[in-house]
Amino acid sequence: METVKSIAPICALLVPLIAIPFIALAGQRRPNVREFWTILASVIMFLIVASMLPRVQGGEVIEYQLLTLFPGLDLNFRVDAFGLFFGLVASFLWIITSFYSIGYMRSFNEHAQTRYYICFAISLFGALGVAFAANLITILIFYEILTLSTYPLVIHEETPEAIKGARRYLTYLLGTSIAFNLPAIFLTYTVAQTLEFSNAGILAGKASPLMIAVIFILFIAGIGKSAMMPFHSWLPAAMVAPTPVSALLHAVAVVKAGVFTVLRVVFHVFGIDLLSEIGLGTALAYFASFTIIVASIMALKQDNLKLRLAYSTVSQLSYIVLGASLLSGKGMMGGILHIVMHAFGKITLFFCAGSILIAVKRKNISEMSGIGKKIPITMFAFFLGALSIIGFPPFGGFLSKWYLVLGSLEANQIPILIVILTSSFLNGAYFLPIVYRAFFGELDEKLNDAHEASSWVVVPLVLTALISMVLFFYPQPFWRLAALTVKGLTGG
Amino acid sequence: MAEHFPILVVIIPIMASFIILLLWRTKHRYEWHITTAATFLSFLISLSLLNTVFLSGPIRYWLGGWEPPWGIEYVVDSFSGYVLVVVTLVSFVTSVFAAKSVKKEAGEGRTVSFFALYSLLAGGLYGIIVTGDLFNLYVFLEISSLAGYALVGVGKKKRAIVASYNYLILGTIGATLYLIGVGQLYIMTGTLNMADLSQKLPAIFESKVIIAAFALFIVGLSIKMALFPFHAWLPDAHGLAPSVISPILSACVIEVAAYAMMRVMFTVYTPAFVFKVVPAKEVFLLGGGVAMLVGSYLTLAQTDIKRMLAYSSVGQMGYIILGLSFANHTGLVGSIVHIFSHAILKASLFLVAGSLIYKTGITEISRLKGMGKKMPLSMATFTIGALGMIGIPLTTGFISEWKLALGALEAGKWFIVPVILLSALLNAVYFGRVIEIVWFKTDEEEGHGHKEIGKHEKTSIDEAPLSLVLPPFILVSLSIIFGIGAFIPVTLAEKAASMLLGMP
Amino acid sequence: MIDYVVSKSNYWIYVVLMMIGFYAMISKKNLIRKLIGLNIFQTAVILFFISTGVKKGATIPIAFHEKGEIIRAIEALQYTNPLPHVLMLTAIVVMISTTGVALSIVIKIYDAYKTIEEDEIPDKEE
Repeated sequence: METVKSIAPICALLVPLIAIPFIALAGQRRPNVREFWTILASVIMFLIVASMLPRVQGGEVIEYQLLTLFPGLDLNFRVDAFGLFFGLVASFLWIITSFYSIGYMRSFNEHAQTRYYICFAISLFGALGVAFAANLITILIFYEILTLSTYPLVIHEETPEAIKGARRYLTYLLGTSIAFNLPAIFLTYTVAQTLEFSNAGILAGKASPLMIAVIFILFIAGIGKSAMMPFHSWLPAAMVAPTPVSALLHAVAVVKAGVFTVLRVVFHVFGIDLLSEIGLGTALAYFASFTIIVASIMALKQDNLKLRLAYSTVSQLSYIVLGASLLSGKGMMGGILHIVMHAFGKITLFFCAGSILIAVKRKNISEMSGIGKKIPITMFAFFLGALSIIGFPPFGGFLSKWYLVLGSLEANQIPILIVILTSSFLNGAYFLPIVYRAFFGELDEKLNDAHEASSWVVVPLVLTALISMVLFFYPQPFWRLAALTVKGLTGG
Repeated sequence: MAEHFPILVVIIPIMASFIILLLWRTKHRYEWHITTAATFLSFLISLSLLNTVFLSGPIRYWLGGWEPPWGIEYVVDSFSGYVLVVVTLVSFVTSVFAAKSVKKEAGEGRTVSFFALYSLLAGGLYGIIVTGDLFNLYVFLEISSLAGYALVGVGKKKRAIVASYNYLILGTIGATLYLIGVGQLYIMTGTLNMADLSQKLPAIFESKVIIAAFALFIVGLSIKMALFPFHAWLPDAHGLAPSVISPILSACVIEVAAYAMMRVMFTVYTPAFVFKVVPAKEVFLLGGGVAMLVGSYLTLAQTDIKRMLAYSSVGQMGYIILGLSFANHTGLVGSIVHIFSHAILKASLFLVAGSLIYKTGITEISRLKGMGKKMPLSMATFTIGALGMIGIPLTTGFISEWKLALGALEAGKWFIVPVILLSALLNAVYFGRVIEIVWFKTDEEEGHGHKEIGKHEKTSIDEAPLSLVLPPFILVSLSIIFGIGAFIPVTLAEKAASMLLGMP
Repeated sequence: MIDYVVSKSNYWIYVVLMMIGFYAMISKKNLIRKLIGLNIFQTAVILFFISTGVKKGATIPIAFHEKGEIIRAIEALQYTNPLPHVLMLTAIVVMISTTGVALSIVIKIYDAYKTIEEDEIPDKEE
């Protein structure tokens, strides 16, 4: 693997920061100018990230050392295949969400939209920083930036429920991070004397198995954004946020930054050899399986559409962790691919939930009978997104689940295989009735003059639904990056 | 000229104090200008001193040319130079803030005496830092404290005078205990010069008088720095003092007492005594740990913003003391960085509270609803300062937390890491509460829920004047700048720590 | 035993005085009495310092000069160390200033609350 120095990752990171003063200056008085800057920034950022694709696919690793806080603590960035993978997903979906936000926020005449767009830009900065971080301290810094910058987004409505939900959001994310993640980093540094990620792991042979296990548990508990049980309840609580926020941040940026960090730690701090030697991978796999099943069952009971999606996210995130913790090539491949497949599927579903809210002003599934006749495009996109999450071909979700199944067979973990299949069944059980009820249910008379939301809202969700189908036929860019990552880890 | 810098840094503010008093009856009083100029000059001199120390080693200045140990010696080394810069910086920035705030809080008629005392307080603090003589330290300790007692009493609330009285009684007890310690050392060695003492003491380490004197120093200075359980005077005094004085008390006075304690521990008594002869490690571990937890816990219960900040200082002093208990370089670096970090952050938080009082007169936390929209700059400053106090990465607060935790692990005291983190979490809770109220809770009159577009923007921005907004903002920016360029404070602190521990 | 106690009599006296002062500061509710306690406390320490400088039959430390040169000095064994006394001059100044500040604070308290009894001052701002 070849390492090159380049300023490109820094440029990509700077784009949202530079955009902030422009967004703030345009302010509430000139919303069109303000949104123009948001979209321009998102497009530029995506282009810069995408420009690194050919080089990374060619096996290069782009590095940039920003500065040394003090000896031992460096702010370093390294774009390897895995980091670019997440960076691409996040920055691409920012563009689409920006368009969707415009439609959504204007439909509801939301207040404080300037703050909203500024915080959105900062959180993208945080997410991209997590993607490109080269060591534990850099990833921690951007992880915290992401937490803090999304807090104003979650509390956006400023209603008592929003304040309560946001408080829980912050308590869980900041709390676990300070209480568990930070000591894990302290211990790692004391044991390994370095925090730089490495393909072989940095802890191997440096500490007793007990110590390794303690650090491992602290890390898994500390990265609250991955929403593993029992630290999952911030995710449903955060559903008080406006729908675009839920869509991008809580289906993509925040939660994926969480699982991304978990995967980074599993792959590049511990290393797969060390984990399989001590058997911690299997332990994590069973832990993740527990979350998958329980969260799916909890999703079944939710009547609020966004809450159901939230619990579904909790369960789907653990698929990713599960894939990584199988420690087999195919399993890891499945886990990594699931990041992008789930992102496109889930963001479609969230977009639809927002669109339904605009069109028929309903939040609860039981009140959504027959709305498919009034807003067919939205509900059909919802159907497609749901199929992708469940894992039907020809949707992206099928690919990642297929690899997960292969991975569990490769690792000889039949119980895990059963978990994956059961959960897919449960996925169907909580998504498909919504679609059925929407198209074949009795329409509430009050909704007779309901119609689709503006095209600002509908076009993005159709787009993401289509892309999750395209990803089945053409997953190459992501597939190659994932394969490169796995190749680097397994060494062949 | 430059060779007289060590004395000038002390003399300038003290002279300023006299000049202010002399000009009292004249038409041109300029009390604020003189104070600000004096503290600014001291700040510049201290920067130059630190630079010299860093490049060419410690500066020893003999007062009146008398050779130590007979004469008084002023020493600027890597530790005192560092603390001097921090304290002069905070006192200068605060005096900029004082221009408008003092007129409003003390009344037009009292500004002259106020600034005279302020300069005296500053001069006393600088004196404690540069002196190399134990008795001289006592004198400066009392100069600064006496000015401090009087300044606390200027506070607007009646209760402030009572706070000032209690502060005086406890402060004097602390100083007197310190004085007895000085006497005992003098009886045993016949010298008061710190460097000389450190040469003569090792021979008589086991003497009970020496050990008792150490205990007296520690207890006396613990009272001055409000270390738990000697903190009873602090919340009232710091909470009720005028807006300008609270930051000085919380960011300079108690920090300088902590500095004096470290001086006595490491320069007078050597690390060999502190860590081997007496059980200081255990006492500091317990004292620091309990102070952190209890201080943070008591902070939770406060409803007044200034009182909350004052209680938070009790917990923060615990951090500094805790770093001493690990008996290793890393922990001490953590303590020294924390002196800097806490000084600038707590000063900026108190200053923002001062602007709040200036604009609205409100100190109850529950009544701060919607302030974020009225005073966005001040509240943004407060928020960043609070994040620094919690120890979020990229602020100076994180560096000290990091170094302290690593120091604990190095010393094998892993059980203290959860204590540090728990304290950080408690910080997050009580600051989080304020931030939530300030930014996201709106006044009841406006109602809840969705609002018409632009309604929020109608809440008129009613920011404090620039001279009140800028000082805390500068301090907070420094916390970020040095949180990112952390190698600067860390390098300085490492140098100071090596010197204190007698390492090459 | 008795010899031991007597030989250290100055220390005993200073400790007893200090404790009397300390007791007054803690137990008295009257702010002026507290202050008197504080004074006793400080005076005890001053006495302690002075007593350490006492030497029976000793003289003052003087060097005889002639034409700018020291021609004869009192032997160290024969003079009393003057430094404790000098230090205490400073300490007395500090003590007096403290008392002055404290008294003026008490006057302020009396102006505000019309009492100098600690338990009659309300705990909270009314």
